[in-house]
Amino acid sequence: MALFEAHHLSKRFGDRIVLEDITLQFERGQLSGIMGPNGAGKSTCFNVLTGHFPPDRGKVILDGEDITGLSPRQIAQKGIARSFQTINLFDEFTALENVLLALPRVRSLGFNMIRDVAGDPSTVARALAVLEQVGLGARADLRASSLSYGDRRALEIAVALAAHPRVLFLDEPTQGMGADGRNRLRELISQLKLYFTIVMIEHDMEFLFSLADKVSVIHWGQVIAQGTPEELQRDSWVRRSTLGVSQHA
Amino acid sequence: MALTNPVTTARANPGSRGQAWVTKPMLVTLVLLGTFPYWGPRVGLYSYLGVEVVIWMIYGLGFNLLLGYTGLPSFGHGAFFGVGAYAYGLCYLGVTPSPLLALLSAGLAGGLAAGMVGCFIAHRRGIYFALMTIACGQVFWFVSMKWRSVTGGEDGLLNVHRAVLGIGPIKASLRDNTALFYFVVALLAVSLVFLWRLVHSPFGKALQAIRMNETRAKFVGYNVWLTKWAVFAISGAFAGISGGLLAMAQESAYPEVMSVHGSGFIVMATLIGGGMVSFWGPVIGALVFIVARDLLGTLTETWLLWYGLLFMAVVLFQPEGIAGAWQSAAKFFRRRAKNSANESAAAGVRGELPREARDGSV
Repeated sequence: MALFEAHHLSKRFGDRIVLEDITLQFERGQLSGIMGPNGAGKSTCFNVLTGHFPPDRGKVILDGEDITGLSPRQIAQKGIARSFQTINLFDEFTALENVLLALPRVRSLGFNMIRDVAGDPSTVARALAVLEQVGLGARADLRASSLSYGDRRALEIAVALAAHPRVLFLDEPTQGMGADGRNRLRELISQLKLYFTIVMIEHDMEFLFSLADKVSVIHWGQVIAQGTPEELQRDSWVRRSTLGVSQHA
Repeated sequence: MALTNPVTTARANPGSRGQAWVTKPMLVTLVLLGTFPYWGPRVGLYSYLGVEVVIWMIYGLGFNLLLGYTGLPSFGHGAFFGVGAYAYGLCYLGVTPSPLLALLSAGLAGGLAAGMVGCFIAHRRGIYFALMTIACGQVFWFVSMKWRSVTGGEDGLLNVHRAVLGIGPIKASLRDNTALFYFVVALLAVSLVFLWRLVHSPFGKALQAIRMNETRAKFVGYNVWLTKWAVFAISGAFAGISGGLLAMAQESAYPEVMSVHGSGFIVMATLIGGGMVSFWGPVIGALVFIVARDLLGTLTETWLLWYGLLFMAVVLFQPEGIAGAWQSAAKFFRRRAKNSANESAAAGVRGELPREARDGSV
């Protein structure tokens, strides 16, 4: 059984149908990709899967447990972490504080008003290890707002990793990054694959195909194809609808 | 890039990065206040003024949990200050003359009132949150004006005499302003330590996280609604205790403190002091507000006009308040000292004489 499943998800905003009968399965230990053209419904799909919006119909199952309609907080506590298309950090906190706050051990002390967050060396050590994992160990004490764009992207991933997620959702992690940044990120995600089940939306097909074990293609709010990167590259329908390849090519 | 699993791996012990329970600024503040009865009169101040300053410091520190730390602007906080004042008066007059128990009831009443209001507004933020606090504040003010049998209406509660403080065998009369001053300074010390711990605790960090990015806080797994509700209630409890202290100090409780402009004073004091950027903002702001009220009030009846103009000037030219100006100045001097040290080091490497020696000033 897949670790994470979505069955027949539908979502509409007003009279606009954004997702229609979407069924997806993400296998444990794999990196699953979601691709599709702009406006296809990829980000809405992510938002429904991670609890930002409840689906109008359908079910979301995590490891056999129905988590449909749970709030983002409850879903985060079930072990699902995500990054955002537009960078979403606690800008006035340092990189270390951003990660500390996301550690389950700190989160579980949410209403403790006496204990100092940074006073426990083992907690700080754990947060520093996560930062080192994404290459930000040396910049732990810099404010998130003062980091470079690429480092902020890496910090987003670190915040998601800090929760030790059962499933890590990455929403267009390469957005706005140059070639060097993409290469560093590729290396990081290929390493993370060893430890986490990852679901990634990505526009950059070359980037996604180089990392994903399986890719689902969403278009007009529906899953139009699923398969390995090699299978999808051979699929002429997918090539036309998502890769911009003309019918005569 | 060598990868290790962060779940099973942690860096070698990095040492504690925690904050001390008692800090130097805390000690300096308490020493300055503790010696105030000796130096205050020499600069034209008096003990009762000190009492009000310290009460407003406690009020401002509690209020700043909401405004500065959580980013929730409450323009109706005078309601909880007033509820605390009435609770103190009613407890003193009808239940017990013990100042500590009456203060406890003031804090509970303030916290309870804020908790009730929080149930309706904790899901809001920004302008909607602010408007709802004004509306709720007006409800409390209206009730205090009209519920004459309990609150005394416009006349307020009178004869709330300062009582004898008793802790075990120790008894101390609070009739004297100096004794009352030391009592409120002791409460300020407790408040400072507690709030300093709170803002560095997981709860305090969650408050700041909510201010910076509520969406991210939800996705990291924090209960944003409950956290906002809880901080509103805690802040209300501090307002209640402060109101109780003012009722004790003034030996009465009036509805005036619950009015819209009564609520506005704490906002202005906190912002002028620099509560948006510093823990110490409300402490500075309370000092400036009460002293300005006293000094300007002796010069002109229109002191509030001048204070309002000061507030506008601060918002326009130094929105981070006095604490922000202090931080900027400190940063400037640190950078200058660092640059000058670097220059000296570079000159040393080149084998040049220090600038003073070249200028012949040494």
